This record gives sequence, C-alpha cells and structure tokens, in this order.
Amino acid sequence: MRTEIFERHPLIKPLAAFLVLLLIDAVVIPGFFQFSIRQGHLYGSLIDIANRAAPLILTGLGLTMVIATRGIDISVGAVAAISGTVAVMLLDSRFAASGPVLWAVLAALGCALVCGLWNGLLVVGLGLQPIIATMILMVAGRGMAQLLADGQIETAHYQPFFFIGSGYLFGLPFAVYIAAAVFGLLTLLVHGTALGLFMQAVGINPVAARLAGIRAGAVILLTYVLCSTCAGLAGVLICSNIQSADANNIGLLLELDAILAVTLGGTSLDGGKFSLTGTVIGALIIQTLAYTIYSLGVPPEFNMIIKALVVVAVCVSQSSEFRKLWRMASSQPVLRNIQKALR
Amino acid sequence: MTKSTVPLLALTGISKQFAGVKALSDVSLCLYAGEVHTLMGQNGAGKSTLIKVLTGVHSPDRGVIDFDGSRVQPTSTQHARQLGISTVYQEVNLCPNLSVAENIFIGNYPRKFHKRLGPIAWQAMHDSARKLLLKLKIDIDVTRAVESYSLAIQQMVAIARALNTSARVLILDEPTSSLDDAEVQLLFAVMRELRSGGMAILFVTHFLDQTYAISDRITVMRNGEREGEYLCSDLPCLTLVNKMIGPTEKTEEPQHCVPSARSGLPFMQATGLGRKGSSSPFSLDVHQGELLGFSGLLGSGRTEAARLLFGADRADSGHISVAGKRRIWKSPLDAIALGIGFCSEDRKHEGAILSLSVRENMNLALQARAGIFKKIPMAVQKATTSEMVQLLGIKTADMETPIGNLSGGNQQKVLLARWLITHPAMLILDEPTRGIDVHAKREIMRYISTLSRSGMAVLLISSELSDILDYSDRIIVFRDRKICGEFQSGALSEDAMQRVIAAGGEE
Repeated sequence: MRTEIFERHPLIKPLAAFLVLLLIDAVVIPGFFQFSIRQGHLYGSLIDIANRAAPLILTGLGLTMVIATRGIDISVGAVAAISGTVAVMLLDSRFAASGPVLWAVLAALGCALVCGLWNGLLVVGLGLQPIIATMILMVAGRGMAQLLADGQIETAHYQPFFFIGSGYLFGLPFAVYIAAAVFGLLTLLVHGTALGLFMQAVGINPVAARLAGIRAGAVILLTYVLCSTCAGLAGVLICSNIQSADANNIGLLLELDAILAVTLGGTSLDGGKFSLTGTVIGALIIQTLAYTIYSLGVPPEFNMIIKALVVVAVCVSQSSEFRKLWRMASSQPVLRNIQKALR
Repeated sequence: MTKSTVPLLALTGISKQFAGVKALSDVSLCLYAGEVHTLMGQNGAGKSTLIKVLTGVHSPDRGVIDFDGSRVQPTSTQHARQLGISTVYQEVNLCPNLSVAENIFIGNYPRKFHKRLGPIAWQAMHDSARKLLLKLKIDIDVTRAVESYSLAIQQMVAIARALNTSARVLILDEPTSSLDDAEVQLLFAVMRELRSGGMAILFVTHFLDQTYAISDRITVMRNGEREGEYLCSDLPCLTLVNKMIGPTEKTEEPQHCVPSARSGLPFMQATGLGRKGSSSPFSLDVHQGELLGFSGLLGSGRTEAARLLFGADRADSGHISVAGKRRIWKSPLDAIALGIGFCSEDRKHEGAILSLSVRENMNLALQARAGIFKKIPMAVQKATTSEMVQLLGIKTADMETPIGNLSGGNQQKVLLARWLITHPAMLILDEPTRGIDVHAKREIMRYISTLSRSGMAVLLISSELSDILDYSDRIIVFRDRKICGEFQSGALSEDAMQRVIAAGGEE
C-alpha cells in the first residue's frame, strides 16, 4: 500500500521531501514561516528562498526538457555567464549609455539562443554524445565571456536593469514572476502541444519515434535551444541581482545544481517521463537546503557535503535495486523490526 | 530418454498479480530430467510470466517451487542460474559489441592465479568457448564480436552461455521465432543432444509443427491458468489448438480470400529503387485494394525493400511515384503524410515506446502527421483508443497502462492500431504475426484482408508461406536482395513456392 502511493504519482516523493525539509526548518529556525511587510514589500524566509531559487528554477526547467530526450546540457553555467556578461556590457556606458533594458536583455537571450543552436547542431547534426557536445561550450563559453569582458568584472550602472533581479512587483520579488512566467509558458508549450509526447517518445526510443513520423532531430534541437535560452535568462537575472558581471563566477557549477534539481524532481536521466513541476520543487529543495545551512550558522563549506548526502539519499530512493533489497529485507525478522521502527 | 518418476523441477500453485490484473492463478508445472516439455498458450496466457517467476524476475504472490528435492526461491536470474536453471529469451540478450567468448563467460570469466582477482585467462576462455560451441556443432571464430554473426548463431551463443553454468534445467523462450528452417533443425539437434544428456528442457513456442517435432509432453495454458498437461503423442493438433483457444470459439481453416477488384492505376510505383549494400534496384507497382505479399528467406532483402518504400532508409537510386506524382522520401514523415504506414518486424526496437501508455503509443503516428502544434484533443484520443481496443480485442488493464506491461501479441495489436487510425491508403506490415499465437494471428490476418478488400493497399511481409499463399492477391519473391519472381495468387502451391524461394525462380 505504502509503495503503491509513492509509485502512483511521481510528484509525491519530491513534495514529501520538500515538506519534511520545511518542517525541520520550522523547528530549528525561529520565525521561518513569518512574513513581514517592509516598505510595501513582503519579506520572509520563504520569499527569500523563492527569490534566490529563481535562476536555478529557470535553468532546471530548460534542462528538464533536454534530459527528457535522453540528452544532457552541461554548458548551462557557461551560457548564463555569456548572456549575463553581454547584457551588462550592452548597458555599459561604452556601448549604449542607459540604453533600453529590453534590448540588452533580448540581445543577451539571443546570444544564449545561438549557444543552444550550437549545442543542438553538434548533437543532432554531428551525432556527438550530448555530454561531450555541451562540454565544448561549457569550457569555451566561460572563456568567451571572460574575453568579452576583457577579464574584468563589469559593473552595471543603469538603475532600471536592477529591477529584473532585485525589484518588487505587487509586494513580491520580480524574479519570482519571471520564474513563474517561464514555468507557465513552458508548461503550455509542452502539454498544450504534442511537444511533450514527442520529447518522451524520442527519449525512450528514438528509432521507433522516427518510424512513427516524429522529426526526432528537430525535437532535440528545439530542446537544446530552449534550455540555453532559459540558462541565458538565468544569467541575466543573476547579473541584475549582483549589479555586475563577473564572467568567472556567474553560474559557476550551475549545471550541477540544475541536474540535481531535475533529478530531485523525479525526472530520470534515462530520458522519457519528465516533470516540470517536479524540477521547480527540486530547485526549491536545493535553495531551502542552502538557506537552512546558512541560517544555522553551519560553515558554508559543509553546504557541499550536505548537498552530496542529499544526492545520495535521492539516488538511493530512486534505485530499483535498493527497493528490491528493501523488499527482501522485509522477509527477515530482525530487519523487519528495524523497518517498523523507521516507520 | 531417461525418465525418472520424481520431477526435477516442480511448480505448485503459482499465482501472480500485476496492478490488479491476474497474470497467473494457481498454475502448476512438473519438469522431468531428460525431457522436452513444451509450454503452449495464446498471447497473454501467462507463459512469459510463469517463466519470469521460475527465473526469479518476478516473485510469486503464492505458490512454491521445488527443485531437485528442495524448496527454492529464486531472487534473480543470476540466482536461478546458480541453482541450475538457465534461460534463453525470445529476444537474444547478448552484448553485441563483445566477443562470442566474452558473452558466453560474461560474469564468470576464467582467471589466472586467483579465482576472482587474477587477470582474465583469455586463451583458456577462448578454448573453452570453442569447445562449448563445438558441442553444439557450431564452429566459429569466438573472438569476433557477436553482432557480426546471424541471429541464429547469436541464439546458439546464448544457449552456450546458458549451458556454461552447470545447468540442469534449460528454458527456451520462443527461440525459433526468428530462425529459418535449417537453423531450427540445428537447434533441435542440439536440444535432442541435451535431452539425452539428462537435461530438462522447457520449450516455449507458437509453432505447432515444431511442438510435435520435438516435445515429449505439453502443458497448455489459457488466461493465466493451467488448462492441462498432456503427452505429446496423446494430443492431436486440432485438440491442442482447441484447448489453447478455449471452448467457445470455433477453429476453422483460413479461407483463400477472393481476389479483390483492384483499380487500374497503381497507388505507388517504384522504379529502379535501390540502396547500396542493402537492396539492389527493383521496380514494382502497388495497387489500391490489393494485398501484395513479399516472400523470401530471412535476409533476402524483403524488409530492406519495404524500408525504402516507406522512407525508413534513403534510396540512393531510382524513384517513387505516389498517385502518379514523383516523390522523394527525406524521412518516414513524408511517406506518412501521403497515407503510407509501416509496421516494423522489430517490435521492441522499432515499434513500441515501452514506458508510454497504450493511448500514447496508439496516437503517435496520427499526432506526428498532424504536427506538433495540432494536439489531438484528449477526448478524441481516448475515444479512438477505446474503439481500437475493442475492435482488435486488445487485452490491457486500461488505456493508460504502459505498453510494456502488455503481452507481445497485444503490443503488436496496439502498433497495428497506431497505423489503422491514420486511415492509411497503403500499409506495409513486416511480419505482423511474428511471435503471436494461432488465434490472434488468424484474427489479425483476417482483419488485414478485410482492409485490403475495402480499398487499402496492403504490403505483407511474412516468413510463413501459408500466410502469404492464403491471403495475398499477388506475391513477390525476394532472394539475394533482388526480386526473383512475381506470381498471381493461386498460381503456386506451397512446394512450388518453396522451390522458387530456394532457387531464385530458375526452373
């Protein structure tokens, strides 16, 4: 009965993990669930988490689609760096003093889109393995971003740009709206059209999908373009928030967090079934975890170790081998008692 | 035949449910040393599930397994192998890029110095692999990759691997479904050899003639239950078929279909169509309302020709016209857009998308043709799916069940439905009845011939001569990647046809 509930709906596990984490926080962090209104803005731990998770949510959403087609994109961090740097550079006085923000952002997203095309063409056109294909841009992309910025940290001066990453609308951080909007758009795109079905079909059995008439190449290319564009938007968000572009550090190791968010959300790296909602929850879990660690005054170097432990726990819970062991253990009296105690 | 009175392996009262569906209920089976015991039943009768229980893939909900006098509970195929129960599955489970020897010894390579830590003893491994295969009368280079050999040889390698561990029970799950006659005889010779050596062989097949050629005893299963166990000599063929199908349905000989009235203009014309390395240039016409049979041995080029007609492979010479207009297939989608469908012979790799549901699998081609942005409304998808489930009698818990949970024959019906709902003008069916039981096969064949009579062009590829002879209006015979003959229905007897296939039409 227990296992049936867990297997019936794929979102139950990530949601349960998130709730457990929130409950722990409610106990160990005083005032975790409190909200206050300052200068017309809503403040509170949960708001802070949602705000800071926005770039990771965006990247994770894009990556979910690539992973659904049994691909992977490890260049998302580098793409975020390129896009963020381009946005800040264009706003910089040397190019267009106080130029309209919209154009700078669109240009940045355009660069990200080209990055996605590059990745997609390497995978589809040349048939490179996704991890190798995107590794090229992972390494070269950050270099390009540094070259663009001449190895300097570019500071943004144009006020309206800061609104994207740190502004408030109707009392909530603007970044949260962006993440929500992208989530809504992608959900509509994936489930309102046949894209979601095609992505899964290609991810599970590309040969059969092609024979059923699906243009597998086009579907895969599209997911890489969407993924990079999402990562580019994340880069813009990050730079707007810190009001500068540090090509060395924007989105550093973002790809790992994004993969973790996707996996936590219940999407398998083997491709096929995927969940955008799950990825959002996964990203929120990661951010909540980081928040908890900082709030408890645990030295930040433990953050990595704790994250690693979470990864192990998630992987174990998804492993069919482990489930088999668990079932077998049920037949041993001693272990059964331990299992009972755990429950 | 050495026959003992105590069974080597006894399954008693085995029951198993999947998500509320009873796959096995109270099934018992006895297997004696030195016998070939055939397990027969229609698709979904529970044969595969029973074997999976026996080999530790599934654990039974109820029931016990006794092996060699002691109670066993296999927990994995590996465990079953250690106990002495080895299995060769329907789809050959070898690592195609590893050598024959490596595949045979996979998991327990012979090692030098130390049994587990020492370096692999390659020479010894190759020698014993060669010896093992020679016992099966196969003399091949064991250092070459498995994928460089034919499916039949791969099958033998799989058997050799099963024998490598000191197996006492050998389970052969439809090993003959992709073998030609000579290869089947080879396999049978091996089976007889093993039987006289005291091996207990459980043989699963759909072929009635093979059953009678090799079996000592037969267990018939129906709807997840054991219908009965019989001595092969006591059970006439017609009775066997009746027992498999059940009491309510009549068995009758398939009738010769009436040659249909075909229209004057061909629907599709191929002229000099060919592809280097797979198909020599060929020309043919396909008419509407015609059932065109492709015959020939495995590897004769019939599948390759059909793939060119559908655009699954790109032709490098010749051209295709459909309805009088010249076309170039860049991808299968181009052919699908013009109303052509193709049901591949390789259900697992080229047909079913295993973890997607029955509904999603069925609507895939229709959706692909409609395009990404014109999503078929869910209500419409559900309506067509449930209609097809009823029409073809697909056995599934419901339409959201992953297709992988269905039995092979039911998967095949879903894939057939995938194309039927696109209302194709021409349908290419490559071995639509492979690995399917007698009853489902007859249903499918009858349905196909109805379709062709209602105006659809049907191109049927089949290894079974009787299917081709009984249902086709016109027959094209392939040999050595070329068309070697074309005949009208009724012009040839089965014997004559066999001669054509073998000799390539030079009479």
